[in-house]
Amino acid sequence: MELAIFILTSLVAIVAALLVILQRNPIASVMYLVTTFVAQAILFIQLRAAFIAILQVIVYAGAIMVLFLFVIMLLNLRREDFGKDIKLRFKPLAIAFAMVLLIETLVVINASLVPAQPGADLSATFGSVQGVGKELFTTYLYPFELTSVLLIVAILGAVVMAKKKL
Amino acid sequence: MLEFILITIIKAVVVVTVLLLTCAWMTYAERKILARMQSRIGPNVAGWKGLLQPVADLVKLLFKEEVIPGGAQRALYLLAPLLAFIPAMLPIAMIPFGNKITLFGREINLVIANYDNGLLFILAVASLSVYGIVMAGWSANSKYSLLGGLRSSAQMISYEIGIGMSLIGIVLLAGTLNLVDIVGQQNVWYKWFIFRQPIGFLLYFVCAIAETNRAPFDLPEAESELVAGYFTEYSSMRFGLFFVGEYANMVTVATVATTLFLGGWQGPFLPPVLWFVIKAVAVLFIYIWIRASLPRFRYDQLMKFGWYVIIPLALANILVTALIDLL
Repeated sequence: MELAIFILTSLVAIVAALLVILQRNPIASVMYLVTTFVAQAILFIQLRAAFIAILQVIVYAGAIMVLFLFVIMLLNLRREDFGKDIKLRFKPLAIAFAMVLLIETLVVINASLVPAQPGADLSATFGSVQGVGKELFTTYLYPFELTSVLLIVAILGAVVMAKKKL
Repeated sequence: MLEFILITIIKAVVVVTVLLLTCAWMTYAERKILARMQSRIGPNVAGWKGLLQPVADLVKLLFKEEVIPGGAQRALYLLAPLLAFIPAMLPIAMIPFGNKITLFGREINLVIANYDNGLLFILAVASLSVYGIVMAGWSANSKYSLLGGLRSSAQMISYEIGIGMSLIGIVLLAGTLNLVDIVGQQNVWYKWFIFRQPIGFLLYFVCAIAETNRAPFDLPEAESELVAGYFTEYSSMRFGLFFVGEYANMVTVATVATTLFLGGWQGPFLPPVLWFVIKAVAVLFIYIWIRASLPRFRYDQLMKFGWYVIIPLALANILVTALIDLL
């Protein structure tokens, strides 16, 4: 049962992820990306990380992708805008980033090839809201606070750039 | 295992049927109550005092011709009503609508899923409900629809934050996200969270009205400016799906408010399920009452209200609650 769900959701996630980049309609791309995120959330639940799964849906699928949609709709792209004449200026940069991502993926796959320990040493609160919260505010307090500072700086930057005349 | 699956399926079928029937007769109740408040009679032809009006509406919707506008994004246009309908039906799975009962010698929990992160699940599903509206607005290739869709996505993003924040106070006090446990903690009337979190309740209700696109926040479908907003171009049962989705969202809001703030199924003398229904119906009535009483906001007022009033108030509410809880 669990294996069947895993195979099904993985397939959905991979196919949807491919469709994000393989077809040209940006709105459809967003919808496929949302599908990928929801499938990933189910995979997270199977990994006993329910809190991460729900955050994945709330933050990525429910908030960030809606903003993407919003921007795409406001830009009002026509069909010819995403035709063949895409500017190729950024091609070298794109290839470099893709290489970095590819290497990173290979490293992660290589690391996960070690036979995994079955979840014997999982505590009762593993992956729950209480467990994750406690870890965030004790063991990982400094990284957590640094991340929030980073987010505030990013927001401030956006406000400064958008409201120059204010 | 098999027995568990069977019982869950039966519970789900019963609950969804009741939910759909409630949605259908909500339309009747709304028209009747609005009519009464405006000194009219309301629907009174189909059946006794018009009680069969929803059936007549359904039959009419089913037999209408379905028109797809030229230049519409066909696949997304056909998918959008489902994207609006399905998230509206899901949250009811987490709502406990009664105590344990014993039926045929088995103990049955009157909730479809007793899940530890139930509250978060409801918020997650609610955050997905915006897609149906945005897709409907964009794919129809109509300016009214597009404007309605844009308005609604901005409105729903803004007020979603308010909903989440208004509920944090309860989570702080209850110390759990499990809706069954939250109801269990409200076993006497003065322990209801509406008395311990009055500001939280007000904020939740205001945000929920905005989130379900109801008056006075029904700007995505403001008739005088946008015809019918994001579902202007829809016809036949796909239009009906948007309609049922909206009412299902209202029922969800009412049941969530009942569960979190009004003590759920708890109450003296009457059976628990009846208490739950009474409370939920009372919340739904207030919904309709507000629609009959208040004029529509202007769009900039709506956004300002969301960001300058609701969210600071919700933050202050969280801080005060946390302080009191600490002391």
